Amino acid sequence: MDQKKAIFRLKLVLWVSALAPVAWLGAAFYFDTYAANSVQRVSLGANPIEKLTHVTGMTTLVLLLITLSVTPIRRLSGWNRVIKLRRPLGLFAFFYAFLHFSIWSGLDQTFVWGWMVEDVIERPYITVGFAAFVILIPLALTSTTGWIHRLGTRWNVLHRGIYVTATLGVIHFYWLVKADVRLPLFLIGCLVVLFAYRIQSSWKKRRKVSPKRDIQPANP
Amino acid sequence: MIIRTRKPSDVPSSEITPEDVYVNRRRFIRDAAVGTAALAFAPNVLDASESDPRQQVPARFQNMKSELDEDLNPYEHITEYNNFYEFGAQKEDPARNAGDFRPRPWTVRIEGHVNKPGDYQLEDFIGPSNMEDRVYRMRCVEAWSVVVPWRGFPLSDVINRAEPTGDAKYIEFKTVVRPSEMPGQRTRMLDWPYVEGLRMDEAMNPLTLMTTGVYGMDLPNQNGAPLRLIMPWKYGFKGIKSIVSMNFVEEMPRNTWWVQNRREYGFYANVNPEVDHPRWTQARERRLGELRRRRTLMFNGYTEQVESMYAGMDLTRWI
Repeated sequence: MDQKKAIFRLKLVLWVSALAPVAWLGAAFYFDTYAANSVQRVSLGANPIEKLTHVTGMTTLVLLLITLSVTPIRRLSGWNRVIKLRRPLGLFAFFYAFLHFSIWSGLDQTFVWGWMVEDVIERPYITVGFAAFVILIPLALTSTTGWIHRLGTRWNVLHRGIYVTATLGVIHFYWLVKADVRLPLFLIGCLVVLFAYRIQSSWKKRRKVSPKRDIQPANP
Repeated sequence: MIIRTRKPSDVPSSEITPEDVYVNRRRFIRDAAVGTAALAFAPNVLDASESDPRQQVPARFQNMKSELDEDLNPYEHITEYNNFYEFGAQKEDPARNAGDFRPRPWTVRIEGHVNKPGDYQLEDFIGPSNMEDRVYRMRCVEAWSVVVPWRGFPLSDVINRAEPTGDAKYIEFKTVVRPSEMPGQRTRMLDWPYVEGLRMDEAMNPLTLMTTGVYGMDLPNQNGAPLRLIMPWKYGFKGIKSIVSMNFVEEMPRNTWWVQNRREYGFYANVNPEVDHPRWTQARERRLGELRRRRTLMFNGYTEQVESMYAGMDLTRWI
């Protein structure tokens, strides 16, 4: 019972904090439009489209990394119910990726298809960013319980796509920075740690499944 | 012309107390005390129009336009969205972090192949007669742009006073290094000091402006106070800020962004919509305050004034 309560609380925290960035952007847009020149700290600044793009992109990456840390947290803490947070986290990551993509295509490129195609083809950082988003779409669509049952083990294979998306996502960020690469490198570092944990634990599992002959002898 | 080169013991005129303040020094102290007390009880007076430079923009700028009939960008676009990595890499960082910077007194060292080397005070350059307002487009290499009423004087004024010799082919400029006042310089994202350079004919071009102000007022720290360069036909990063050194040299200077990534940033950095940056297009730009991107103009719209300097040069190679 207590465990259920704890999960409920965690989900509440998740919803509030995951919606905070979009709420902040909305408030900033409101103040800029209707309350400009009042004393305000909440503002999209001189280049609002860039600000919207950066905040949604950054939030996507952070949510992807948090989504990927659910399984390690579950294994290390032994608290299985924490898995209940994984789907909403992943869907919020998709929500921000979708906002990010829409702001780029609608506001930044004003739906000029020629410009967008040119960017996706010719600019490597946009190519990988676009690919990361496209890969995320089927994952979001098949996130329902119905699809999980329908796909069976193939669901697990499909949803490994999040590893690709996260990798391309941090590369996308790293490639667009001009000089101060500390933040993208930090995110890449986080991802490497998360991958290392998975590699190490699957390696352990394999050893358990097919034990080699060099098993230590029983107590002499 | 008399060139006064100053000794370190000389007091620059910026440090001399104006006479009326001296004569009324008791009232000055009283006013300061009263003002401080008032501030303590009513902190929001800081937001009153008197201390807000946006409210002090002289009226003559109200309907000013560029020669292409473009509107000026408002003061806050120009002063709150800056690339000045010495104060941080985010656009808001300079406005946020430049408060501790002290732009006066200011000395510029002029050296190299000149007849009149020396340490010049800022006041040596700024005369009452040579200052002018100039409305220029500024195009950043990151594909955004602004229209700015700068204030300054032609760089050629400084060059003529320094009397370069025939060996001077380029000028190398350096930004001040003050990590204690410039938090970005405590990191190693770029090689400090920031270095930029111009070929002598570019430096002498009448468009090249030694800039000390914007909207008729002194440059705010985040815009490169007290002295910066503006070459409107080049990408913004050529406009080196807070200049403390001008070295007249024979060899092409190794400018900071070229050192950082020579595939992406050249020495010339002329605005050119036909040569894309490897990571984004240079054919279009976002004017701050506008939604739809505009077409970028060759040499940022200053072809007539600068084209002849690059005659015969392959501009796809000399980026």
